[in-house]
Amino acid sequence: MRHIISVLVENKFGVLSRISGLFSGRGFNIESLSVGETIDPTVSFMTIVTTGDDQIIEQITKQLNKLIDVIKVIDFMDVEHVEREMVLAKVAPKKEDRAELLRLAEIFRGRIIDSGSTTYTIEVTGDEKKIAAFVELMKSYGIKEFARTGKVAMAREGKKQR
Amino acid sequence: MKISGAEILVESLKKEGVKHIFGYPGGVVLNIFDVLYNEKDIKFILTRHEQGAIHAADGYARASGKVGVAIVTSGPGATNTVTGIATASMDSVPFVVFSGQVPTMLIGNDAFQEADIVGITRPCTKYNYLVKDVKDLARIIREAFHIASTGRPGPVLIDMPKDVSAGKTDFEWPQHVHIKSYNPTYEGNKRMIRQAAHEMIHAKRLVIMAGGGVIISDASKELKELAEFLNAPVTMTLMGLGGFPGSHSLSMGMLGMHGTYYANMAVQNSDLLIGIGVRFDDRVTGKTNSFAANARIIHIDIDPTSIRKNVRVDIPIVGDVKRVLREMLKDLKEEGKKKQWSAIKKAWLKQIDKWRKEKPLSYTYDNKVIKPEFVVEKIYELSEGDAIICTEVGQNQMWAAQFFKYDKPRRWLSSGGLGTMGYGFPAAIGAQLASPGQLVIDIAGDGSIQMNVQELATAVINKLPVKVAILNNGYLGMVRQWQELFFNERYSHSRLDVVPDFVKVAEAYGAIGLRASKPEEVEPVLKKAFKIKDKPVFMDFVVDWREKVYPMVPAGAAIDEMIFEEEETKTEKKLKAVK
Ligand SMILES: Cc1ncc(C[n+]2csc(CCOP(=O)(O)OP(=O)(O)O)c2C)c(N)n1
Ligand SMILES: [Mg+2]
Repeated sequence: MRHIISVLVENKFGVLSRISGLFSGRGFNIESLSVGETIDPTVSFMTIVTTGDDQIIEQITKQLNKLIDVIKVIDFMDVEHVEREMVLAKVAPKKEDRAELLRLAEIFRGRIIDSGSTTYTIEVTGDEKKIAAFVELMKSYGIKEFARTGKVAMAREGKKQR
Repeated sequence: MKISGAEILVESLKKEGVKHIFGYPGGVVLNIFDVLYNEKDIKFILTRHEQGAIHAADGYARASGKVGVAIVTSGPGATNTVTGIATASMDSVPFVVFSGQVPTMLIGNDAFQEADIVGITRPCTKYNYLVKDVKDLARIIREAFHIASTGRPGPVLIDMPKDVSAGKTDFEWPQHVHIKSYNPTYEGNKRMIRQAAHEMIHAKRLVIMAGGGVIISDASKELKELAEFLNAPVTMTLMGLGGFPGSHSLSMGMLGMHGTYYANMAVQNSDLLIGIGVRFDDRVTGKTNSFAANARIIHIDIDPTSIRKNVRVDIPIVGDVKRVLREMLKDLKEEGKKKQWSAIKKAWLKQIDKWRKEKPLSYTYDNKVIKPEFVVEKIYELSEGDAIICTEVGQNQMWAAQFFKYDKPRRWLSSGGLGTMGYGFPAAIGAQLASPGQLVIDIAGDGSIQMNVQELATAVINKLPVKVAILNNGYLGMVRQWQELFFNERYSHSRLDVVPDFVKVAEAYGAIGLRASKPEEVEPVLKKAFKIKDKPVFMDFVVDWREKVYPMVPAGAAIDEMIFEEEETKTEKKLKAVK
C-alpha cells in the first residue's frame, strides 16, 4: 500500500539525513520526499511517500516518532485529506501538434511558463491520478525534460489527525 | 566570568556527578586534557585503545546504572569508538562520548585527522551532536545526559571542534531540560494492563519472558513479586540474566538458541507469553512464525518500535517496566480475590519439571581434560555466586550464561545484541572501577581476549584486580562448532594456530598469570586468583577443544527443534583428531 506520511521536524542540520538514514538502514524505500519550512522557521515539514504492508508502515511511523528531532508524524492513510504535486514538463511538439498540445494543457489547467523556438514548458498541479494522466499524454509529444516536486498533503477541515 | 569550552565540559561533568572518565588524548582535545591535568574530583582512566575506553564506560554504566563518560580525539580516535558505541546502542547502555573535532573552519576540508564522526555514528547512537558554538555546550551536555539515561537508554556522542573547546563564554548550567520532540512514554495504558492482568489470571500455561528492560528499569523486585504471585515460570533472555534470580525455583534459565530445553519447551507450549523488557531478537525466537504459536502474547516495553517488530503481539503495553508491573500487580491482586486460581498453574509447573528432569542443562565431566563448563561451574561455586561476570563472545559467553546462576541484576555484563568479541575485558575494568572490592571476572575465549588484551596495562596501572578466565580451546570455538555441525567439519580459518602464552602475556604487563591444564588444577588456580586484590590476573584454562555448546537450535529452526549432546556423540566418533 502506498502511504503519504508527513513529518514535522526540528529545522536543524542533519535531520534530513536522520530521516533518510532511517529508511535506507532498514531497506524501506522513499518514493518521493519534499521538505520545506513551516510558518515557524524552527520547524520543517516533510512529506514522504512510501510503500509497504501494514507492519512496515507501522514500523516506519514508530521509528520516525522515535527520532529525537521528530515532533509529529501523520499517516494520511488514516485521514481524509487533500494532496497535490506539481510537475514541470518541457515538451517539443512538431509544428502541426502545437495547437493540440496547448489545448490539452488547458484541459489539465496547465500553464505555459516558458516557450522557446521548439519547446514549451508546462506546469501542472494536481493529485496523483491527474499527474499520471498528464504525463502519459505528454509522452507522445516527446518530453525533453521533466521535474516534479513530490507530494504535499493536508487534512481536510475538521478531520482528526492521528 | 568567561571560561573555556574545555572548562565548561569538566564543570558540566561535575554537575552530572561524574566520577570517572575513560579516554585517550590527541591533538584536538589537548585543551580538554589540559583542564583534566591535576583534576581532583574526577578520575581519568587512560585506556590503551579507544575501543577499550568505550567498553569500559559501557561496563561502568551497566554495573552501576550511571551514565558512563569517555573522551577521545578526532579522526582515528573517534572511529575507534564505533564498535563500542554500536555495542551499547544494541544493548541500551547509557554513556556520553566526547570526540574532538578539527576546528569549525576546517570541517569538510579533509583536514588532518578529520572524520565525519557525527555522520558515521548517526545510526548507532541514540542521538549525537556537533557543537558549533561554545555558548550551546552546557545545554548540549545537559541534554545528552538526559537523552542517554531516560526512555530506552543509549549512547550519545558530542563532537567538539577544537575552537569550541578553546572558545570562551559564561558558564550557565541549565536547570531544566526541555526537548519538545522527546517525551518517552512511562505510564502504560491502564486498560491494556487490566486486560493483561485478567488474561494472566486465567491462563493455564503462562510463561514470563524477562529481558534487559527489567534490569534497566530496576524492576527485579516487581518481577519477582509478579512471578511469585502468579506462581508463573520465568525464562530470561541473554540480556535479562539477573533480572530474576537464576537460583529461584520458578527460574527456567535462558531461552533461545542455547537456552534450556525446558525454557524453550515451556515457551513453545504456553498459552500466554508475557515478554517484559524484551525485543524478541532472532536468537531468542528462532523461526518466528512457529514461535509460541499457540500463545497469546503480551509485550511490555518502553520502546514502541520493538513491539510487533519481530513477532505478533496481542496486548501491547508501551511503558516503563517498573511502573507497568506495579500497576499490573495492583490489578492482579484485585482480580485474584475473585477466584480460586492458583491450582490451575500446578499442572503446568509439573509439566515443566518433567521437561527439566528429562533434559537438564548438562555436560559430560572428564577427569583427564578440563571441560569449559566445569570451569564456569567452579567459578560459580567458589565465588558463591557473588561476582560480576563479564564475557567475551563465542562459546565462552554461552557457557557463562548457562552454568552460572545470576541472582542479582547488574552482575552479568555481556554484549548481547552486537556480539562484540573484545567487549568483556575492558567492560570488566569499568565494572571494577564502579564496584571496588567486588569480585569481577571476565569469562573469555582465547580468540576474544586478544582483541583488547592491551587493556592489561590499564588494569595494572590502576591496580584493578580483574580476573580473566580464558577458556583456551585453541579455536574460534563457536565458529568451529558451526563448521563441525553445518559445514562438514571444514575448519576454515577458525583454528588459532598460534595462541600466545597467556601467562607470559600477563607477566609482561606486570600482571599475574596462572595456568590449569588438568581438571584438578582448576580449583587451586581459581582460589589463588580470587585472593589477589591489587593486580589483574589471567587464568589460562587449557580446555577440551572438542566441546560444543548444547542444547542448540540450528539457525532458522523453531526453538523446540534442539540438538543435544547425546545425539552428537555419534558424529563425535568419526571425528578425526584435527589437533
Ligand atoms: C569482533 C567480532 N568478530 C567476529 C565475530 C564472530 N565470532 C563469533 S564467536 C567467534 C569465535 C570466538 O572465539 P573465542 O574468543 O576463542 O571464543 P570460543 O568460542 O572459542 O569460546 C567469532 C569469530 C564476533 N562475534 N565479533
Ligand atoms: Mg576459543
